Amino acid sequence: MQELIVILVDGLVFSSYLFMVAVGLTVIFGVMKILNVTHGSFYAFGAYMSATLIGIYYETDLPEFGGFVAIFLAAIIIGVVFGIVLERGLLRFLYHRDEHIIVLATFAMFLVLEDVLLMIWGTDPYFAYQPMALLESVDIAEMTFATYNLTLIALAVVVGLGLWLGLTQTKWGKLLLAVIFDREISQAMGINVTVVFLVTFVIGAIMGALGGAYIAPTISVSPGIGVEVIVLAFAVVVIGGMGSIPGAMIGALLVGISRAAAVHKFPEVELFVIYAIMAAVLALRPEGLFAPAQARKI
Amino acid sequence: MTVVLEVRDLQKSFGAVVAAKDINVTVQEHEIIGIIGANGAGKTTFVNMVTGYLKPTSGQIEFAGRNIRGLPPRDITCLGISRSFQVPQVFASESVFDNLLMAYAVADQTGLGLLSPLHDDARAVRVDSHLRRYQIAEYRDATASTLPQGTRKLLDIAMASVRKPTILMLDEPTSGISVEEKFDLMDIIMEALRQDQTTVLFIEHDMEIVERYVSRVLAFYQGEIICDAPTAEALVDPGVREFVIGEEYHRTRTNNGAGADAKS
Amino acid sequence: MRYVDKTVVGLSIAFLVLFCADFFMAEWVRFIGLQSLARGAVALGLLVLWRTGLVSFGHALYFGFGAYAAAMLTLLDYHDAFLLVFAGTLAAGILAFLLGFLLRRYRAIFFALLNMAFSMILYGVIVKTEELGSTDGFSVLAPTFLGYAPKGEAVQTTLFIFTLVFTYIITVGVHLYMKTTLGGMSMAVRENEIRLEYLGYSAEKVIHVKYVFSGLVAGFGGAIMALAIGQVDPDSMANWTVSGEFVFITILSGIGNVGATYIGALVFELIRTYAFEFAPQVWQFILGGSLLAIIMFLPDGIWSLVSRLRRPEKVKSP
Repeated sequence: MQELIVILVDGLVFSSYLFMVAVGLTVIFGVMKILNVTHGSFYAFGAYMSATLIGIYYETDLPEFGGFVAIFLAAIIIGVVFGIVLERGLLRFLYHRDEHIIVLATFAMFLVLEDVLLMIWGTDPYFAYQPMALLESVDIAEMTFATYNLTLIALAVVVGLGLWLGLTQTKWGKLLLAVIFDREISQAMGINVTVVFLVTFVIGAIMGALGGAYIAPTISVSPGIGVEVIVLAFAVVVIGGMGSIPGAMIGALLVGISRAAAVHKFPEVELFVIYAIMAAVLALRPEGLFAPAQARKI
Repeated sequence: MTVVLEVRDLQKSFGAVVAAKDINVTVQEHEIIGIIGANGAGKTTFVNMVTGYLKPTSGQIEFAGRNIRGLPPRDITCLGISRSFQVPQVFASESVFDNLLMAYAVADQTGLGLLSPLHDDARAVRVDSHLRRYQIAEYRDATASTLPQGTRKLLDIAMASVRKPTILMLDEPTSGISVEEKFDLMDIIMEALRQDQTTVLFIEHDMEIVERYVSRVLAFYQGEIICDAPTAEALVDPGVREFVIGEEYHRTRTNNGAGADAKS
Repeated sequence: MRYVDKTVVGLSIAFLVLFCADFFMAEWVRFIGLQSLARGAVALGLLVLWRTGLVSFGHALYFGFGAYAAAMLTLLDYHDAFLLVFAGTLAAGILAFLLGFLLRRYRAIFFALLNMAFSMILYGVIVKTEELGSTDGFSVLAPTFLGYAPKGEAVQTTLFIFTLVFTYIITVGVHLYMKTTLGGMSMAVRENEIRLEYLGYSAEKVIHVKYVFSGLVAGFGGAIMALAIGQVDPDSMANWTVSGEFVFITILSGIGNVGATYIGALVFELIRTYAFEFAPQVWQFILGGSLLAIIMFLPDGIWSLVSRLRRPEKVKSP
């Protein structure tokens, strides 16, 4: 029973983390039909910036709980700057190219940014544990869990709901949905797809950066964290359906809990249970579990 | 005359939408049949089912006595039924010559024979002769994507007829072609097919074309065949007049034996 | 009508030149050359797939599988290069044949990602297997060649000849194959699958054949690489970044000619080695930057420069 609770909580925490990372990727794919490998860079930069800002914040005498502001600030800065620079400076020249080429361009960008990261922050790991230490821990069913990790779950839910409501209830959201459905018709209807693309990419970047920024206090922020996260995010997006936010949530849950179960019961399969699920979903239902409806175009 | 195609109680539903229902058709060898009907009436669905692109929900399809229902298009092509497309399906980045070369190569070879060279003098001669038959020899080296619509249609049909199929189904061969050119186009196509005594079914919206070339008409409406009769009869059938060609249709050409007689 | 096939002539000349040069090359040149041949072979498989309209983001699966298959045989005390490479190639080919039944039904990004998923499964399996050294991998002893057991530099000299001969045969073979009907069907599948089906042949069958070929050559490349660097490990052989590099090489080379992939692999290897050597802090920057530059300014790869120099008119693919 206890083990079940551990698996559940661990699974939910990991799912939340996966969701945070995957949601930006799925939104970008849904609207722009681009599989953005650079997403790993958003994550990594978000983590580093967050660690740095947290470090700076706690040097000052400002109230302790304000440290969380540093996290969100980091995410926004990275998301906005990178989003605008990359979309305007690179991606917009490639929209007419083959989809595989665009993925490779984002892969190239990722490589470039990996070194930019090293240039700015060097190879030593960063620690920014303060927000996590602040929240201490809580006991559930005689097991102790760091409260910070539980807040990650809350954040994921808030972000998920917020994005979903934003997409379906606001005017902006509906424009995005239109473009997701059919770019050409949207343009014909007068929707400024150029602006939509830019806004989408920036939002996706902020989400990715937020994933990294929020996780920073719980890990040792070091080079290479971006590499691992990309494939995981891809897997979640594919499983849930490319372009679907509820899909990303379900996909993250599926992967997160499976992985937690694997870690606790069959550690040998931990690494590949995710990809096995991804392969299975791709093989049985390539559009993913919740893909947005595709109109048949003959 | 032998029965070359028999379709019995064919039906196709997409969920709640019934695209085709109670389709019963018997086609004799060498017939030239026109398929008419409004858009969405089920004509292309019929062609798609007979040529294997769609699986019928129920019913039977027999080609020369053999059950072909559910077979994929490639098998049906090899058995002897070919089709052309409303939007011509060609290899856009290749030349007209190379398009036909591929068609001949696939028709000629099976198994390990596929490892023989694609370019072959004997094959090239056949391609050139086929090009002349369809009167597109002047476009031999042009890239398919640069062809005018009429030529592209001819290429599509030329590719479909490479195997000298028993039955050739043409999906709107003259759609997108200007009025002045329609008859010339059909003349070329029907003459080329006449030489091989191919059985032809074609979907057409232009009644003048239907009148001129076919001996028998199948009229579709909302997924069902509402008329199956020789041309002259079909064009005055009340159902056909109401649902397909309209009450005001005036036949301006003299009726020369209910259209072309395919038997030479 | 007999005519001289320029590509076969070019490849043959290159073969003879490299064969002779092997005995005079500096060790480091030979080492780079070996790796270029190995990676170029993998990219050749990707070139064939690309011409069929497909891109795989997971060919490290076959590369790694071939490398580890060969390496595992050395643990069982088999050291003959012919046996090891043959085993690695065959193992990868069989895997490709089996997975091909599934993969041949997918296109575009789904094909690319499904390949990637399987490659990461292999990666995960290797990393979690202690007996295979998990992330550290394990070393591979110097191979022998039908009884001949070279020592020192002679190992690489002999391995180079070995690799050169096989890659020459494979490459000329692919070039001739592309002129056959089956080879031409790559174009047909890429351009219009429906048309091919209605001409009477199965597009999926075509894809399956090309896929198995790509698996075979990737396995070959992996086995050679294992012997050349004397080491196998998952991060340099089965990770998704490795797959990305193979695709990078394919784009860098251009798909205009079978020989191009080796040139592309060489350029890639040189960029990587020199970037690492002279600017170790920014080698990924340089690599990524080069890829971007190629994508933006030389979309048809290095070979497009060659073909533009040779003839001003459009080069028709065979």
